[in-house]
Amino acid sequence: MERLLKFIYEYRAFFTFILLELTCVWLIVQNNQFQSSTYFNSSNRLAANVLDFSQGVREYFSLRNINRDLAEENANLRSLLDQRNQRLLSDRIFSPKDTVIANRFEYISAKVMSNSTELYKNYITVDRGKLDGIEPGMAAISSTGAVGKVKVVSDHFAVLISLLHTDEMVSCIIKEKDYFGTAQWDGFDARYTNLRYIPRHANPTVGDTVITSGFNAVFPKGILVGVIHNATLSEESPFWDIKVSLAQDYSKLAFVELVKSNLKNERDSLVEVTIGNNR
Amino acid sequence: MIKSGIIHIIFFFVYVLAQVVLLKNIVLFDSAFCFLYVAFILLLPFEVSITMIILIGFLIGISIDIFYNSMGLHAFATVFMSFLRNYWLSVITPQGGYESGSSPTLAANGVQWFLVYTIPLVFIHHFVLFFTEASGFDLFWFTMLKIIGSMLFTVLVMVLLQFLAPQRRRI
Repeated sequence: MERLLKFIYEYRAFFTFILLELTCVWLIVQNNQFQSSTYFNSSNRLAANVLDFSQGVREYFSLRNINRDLAEENANLRSLLDQRNQRLLSDRIFSPKDTVIANRFEYISAKVMSNSTELYKNYITVDRGKLDGIEPGMAAISSTGAVGKVKVVSDHFAVLISLLHTDEMVSCIIKEKDYFGTAQWDGFDARYTNLRYIPRHANPTVGDTVITSGFNAVFPKGILVGVIHNATLSEESPFWDIKVSLAQDYSKLAFVELVKSNLKNERDSLVEVTIGNNR
Repeated sequence: MIKSGIIHIIFFFVYVLAQVVLLKNIVLFDSAFCFLYVAFILLLPFEVSITMIILIGFLIGISIDIFYNSMGLHAFATVFMSFLRNYWLSVITPQGGYESGSSPTLAANGVQWFLVYTIPLVFIHHFVLFFTEASGFDLFWFTMLKIIGSMLFTVLVMVLLQFLAPQRRRI
């Protein structure tokens, strides 16, 4: 026993090294699981405040662009609202019976505090949290397209998994063709993502629009993801290799809207009853 | 001794803050990162034991991880580099040996020695960091490009800061 202790003491540096590396591996594995509830991320208050300060300085340099984007979005929404109003006045067809269906998505606006596009696993920190009704699993969109989904929330802040994350998958459909597949980033270029599992007979063409399918109840149906940049079909592959140019420029992201799906629980429990947990 | 300890603790926070407030936003050509915080480990005095260096490496790595949302990643790479630091220092000992009580700085040992000291260690740190993040060798050459670019950027900033620092300072 004494010799064993002596041995351990002799090589204490090596054993500390092994111990710490194993701790790190454990942390990395923990962090890779979706909805891990670790405290050590940028949603904790101290880290968030530092990032907020940093973003506050950076924001001054992009105020002009942010203002222009917001004004454009305002104008768009106003014209949509006007069209809707006109239709209501003219023919009163639109009278939703089921208000639950009509109000199934709520939108909460949030400011981006920290964002990256150059890593393989990119995260976005925003300034809304549990107290504002944010929950893990909610979708984040911007005025131009899908952004990501919520991973961790603290009281005042939330960390989103960006679409630019090699493990993040979003169910999408090609709008013109109605075939569905999965968008997943390959870590290479922040302007493009890949669309997988589009079958051989789908014949996608360059310029087709890719939108979210709404199959997994995270994203509402019809949120723009991007436009097909190129599509190739290799001889033996059952699926197309499709490159989609993203609608959202992630390096300019300033505000996002978090989508609260009020029917998500109902839908998930129904799926669970039908298909079971071991999907 | 106590005084230099306090100075090191202050510099710990300075390095972490500089990394997450300033350098996190500076990425050249979407591929060259500047992970200057490794300089804190590299410039610790010769006398610090390996165990201590590993523990400090773990602490600074975890602090960086909190801000990068990459739990354990930077800590893993930094602990790995910290473990190799003293072995590498003993391999490249100059003929006269190291001055006792000093730090492995550029001022004390010259540019050439400093580059031989930092480049391999920074390379190993970045190699472990980027390939762990990519979780595999799928994008081997793109990741290598990131590693080499980041290494050059980090070492360049480190050397420039060494020239700016006053001769007397030990960090």
